[in-house]
Amino acid sequence: MMRDPKPATRRRFLAIAGSAALAPILVRPGRATSATMAAAIREVVGEAEVREGKIDLELPPLVENGNAVPMTVAVESPMTAADHVKRIHVFNEKNPQPYVATFHLGPRAGKAKISTRVRLADSQKVVAIAELSDGSFWSASADMIVTLAACIEETP
Amino acid sequence: MTQALVNVPAKAKRGDAIEIKTLISHPMETGYRHDTNGVAIPRDIIHTFVARYNGEEVFRADLHPAIAANPYITFFTVATESGVIELTWTPDHGEPLTQTANITVE
Repeated sequence: MMRDPKPATRRRFLAIAGSAALAPILVRPGRATSATMAAAIREVVGEAEVREGKIDLELPPLVENGNAVPMTVAVESPMTAADHVKRIHVFNEKNPQPYVATFHLGPRAGKAKISTRVRLADSQKVVAIAELSDGSFWSASADMIVTLAACIEETP
Repeated sequence: MTQALVNVPAKAKRGDAIEIKTLISHPMETGYRHDTNGVAIPRDIIHTFVARYNGEEVFRADLHPAIAANPYITFFTVATESGVIELTWTPDHGEPLTQTANITVE
């Protein structure tokens, strides 16, 4: 008597799907932590004091898809030759690396505002550090919840 | 084939900060992923983006794997004079891609 082959196929599929779901948990590479992010920030600012303020860091508080998260960073500055933003550094807490991007600006920018899209591997904090022409550093941070993490680790 | 989309206003008033929007097709492979056989996929990202206005660098971005695939970057620059805005993306592998846009400043 012939049996319907469907149940066997379904069982096998579930077994494969189950093991695939477990795989990322078993082989997870090292991730950046708050400590590595702090170290990366320290490398940029050196011994200088980092004050909070001047930066507007816009990221959605609830992220549905961590693969492409819109981010806008703007710094309050007249952007003149004497007083401008030299660099904006962006860091994250829980991706495999703490670095996101560094933007180099000058008085010719006119406006210190940059938009891009970032990857977030987990619910975490993103920190932006602005380096001004007078040598001061300013920071802002944003916390967000990521429901679907960026597939930084394994192919689905 | 890598393709880039660039949005630069064709005309601008002298001294105005104009917004330049850019988008390039690129996988931004992180180097942290593995293929179905468990072999690591090598990193291949665009690590540098540079904008030059009549030859002078006005904006630069150092990018890391945390930038999403098909990098979208927008920034501002002051419209100083008529001329060419040249945008260059440099990947880990392969040739840099350069796209130019003309701007008329009044």
